[in-house]
Amino acid sequence: MQEVIQGRVWTLGDDVDTDGIISGKYLTVIDPDELKKHVFEIALPEFAQGARPGDILVAGVNFGCGSSREHAPQALRAIGVGAIVADTFARIFFRNSINLGLPTVEAKGVRAIFENGDPARIEMRGGTITNERTGVQIHFPPLPTHLLELLEAGGLVEKVRRELAGQAPG
Amino acid sequence: MSGDGGTHGMTLAEKVLSRASGLDHVVPGQIIEGRVDLAMMHEQGAQTVGPFHDMGALKVWDTDRVVIAIDHWVPASTEGAAVLHRILRKFAAEQHLDHFYDVGNHGICHQILAENGWVVPGDLAVGTDSHTNMLGAVGSVSAGIGPTEMAAVLALGRLWLKVPPTIQIRVHGTLGHGVTAKDLILKVLGEVKTTGATYKSVEFCGPTIESLSMPERFTLCNMTTEMGAKCGVIAPDAKTFEYLAKTAKHSMHPLYADADAQYERVVDIDVDGMPPMVACPYSPDNVRPLPEVAAEQVKVDQVFLGSCTNARIEDIREAAALMKGQKVHAGVRFIVSPASTSIYSQCLKEGLIEVFTEAGAVFTNSSCSACFGGNMGILSPEEVCASSSNRNFPGRMGAKEARIYLMSPIATVATAIRGVISDPREMM
Ligand code: SF4
Repeated sequence: MQEVIQGRVWTLGDDVDTDGIISGKYLTVIDPDELKKHVFEIALPEFAQGARPGDILVAGVNFGCGSSREHAPQALRAIGVGAIVADTFARIFFRNSINLGLPTVEAKGVRAIFENGDPARIEMRGGTITNERTGVQIHFPPLPTHLLELLEAGGLVEKVRRELAGQAPG
Repeated sequence: MSGDGGTHGMTLAEKVLSRASGLDHVVPGQIIEGRVDLAMMHEQGAQTVGPFHDMGALKVWDTDRVVIAIDHWVPASTEGAAVLHRILRKFAAEQHLDHFYDVGNHGICHQILAENGWVVPGDLAVGTDSHTNMLGAVGSVSAGIGPTEMAAVLALGRLWLKVPPTIQIRVHGTLGHGVTAKDLILKVLGEVKTTGATYKSVEFCGPTIESLSMPERFTLCNMTTEMGAKCGVIAPDAKTFEYLAKTAKHSMHPLYADADAQYERVVDIDVDGMPPMVACPYSPDNVRPLPEVAAEQVKVDQVFLGSCTNARIEDIREAAALMKGQKVHAGVRFIVSPASTSIYSQCLKEGLIEVFTEAGAVFTNSSCSACFGGNMGILSPEEVCASSSNRNFPGRMGAKEARIYLMSPIATVATAIRGVISDPREMM
């Protein structure tokens, strides 16, 4: 995880559910490169074609509600999303996303300060997100240390790998 | 965040998490490492296998605490599903995971856990499905997690959790004739909304809850997922112990909220005089009284009686009693899918399958069936569906334009008979 994340913003509304991120008909697809082609087919159809690596998603409340499908954050990671910022997240989506090493930040009021295409700058430990076009900045409570460590390790797989390796004799 | 003095009592979820973490006292917001009593995987667990190996894990921490139950595509209806099943079978064989509910002994994963006593009072259970919340009805904290996280659980037998604040839902009064636990949970959803309990524990209590059977309690806790809740819990009582008496797979540790537990919010619901409820498109919290919607003569193309919310033997029995001797309305497809193979067998023994097939319904094998729009019973854009399941988001059962109305099992039968959304009480 970078301490400072910068990127171009795609805005989304409230209650974007996981069916809207990746539809139920793709749930048997495991390959992230295949999944990414179908990302937001329902909620933001122009995204899959137009997304560039490092783009930042800015959503309203309850982003990622609905099923526990990890396909949703996986598809977003595969297409190169740099961070997801929302007023609030649904619980399992938030966990899945952090566990995959995808910076996911809850910042109340964030949706209101961005328009589609605006440049954003996020300071993960400092707890700020800035609209670099308008200069408007809001503060958010930084993630707990435990989760920042998870992101820094690159996600849960890497973190557990280190932990298990550490347990090995010698 | 754990230093508030810790003097007040704990809610039921806090009690369970304090047991799981080995701490005397936990408070909302605190991050704990919880020891897992039961881990469940369905097809999404196929995505657990890769990360499990990538982590360098060699063995599952405790093979007697892992259950695999395939349910979304059973038997495999696509090549992709067949691959997922095969990955799981291979992993189960390598890791000696014998509690595998494979084709022929299958059912919806949550129902498999419930009817086989895999989750007991005091447990911390996790599953790769968001409706794992259902098992909170036995007095456990049961929550959905993703497959990567499951890999860590399989490797370590524990996971990090943030202790949730608790919303208490106190229910008073008596459910009227033709008004069910499903109507009650829809009513609660209408008040608490889909974001009202995000990251929280929802604790049901009060005289009405005590009067409910275990299947009804499962229906309630199942749909706490639609409120965004981490878990939905009900204190164990004589009914819980009786339900688990023959099946409990490990020892019970019944826990109860303290009298001075702190609740973030208390919601009082009085069900006296409450009519049946229906959740209208496109959100489970878009809840209205069923008679109001029935008055609008909403025509349906498909009716689904199934899913982990409402396809237990009790649901199907009540539905069959209403269906008996009646016909499914012309032009309506009525799909009935029991939640497990054992429920299917029971339906067969009781002659319930015949009731539905003679009426012109299709009675299917047990699986998630039409619930999630990826297997069967898929809707086209113009269609309207009445369903006993739990979600009606755009695209949930197929086309994103299709309109889904959520209701009780008996309301689905009334609707299937009349071809328009109907109040079952008019037929009882
Ligand atoms: S029945 Fe529906 S809600 Fe329940 S586990 Fe299956 S797909 Fe999910």
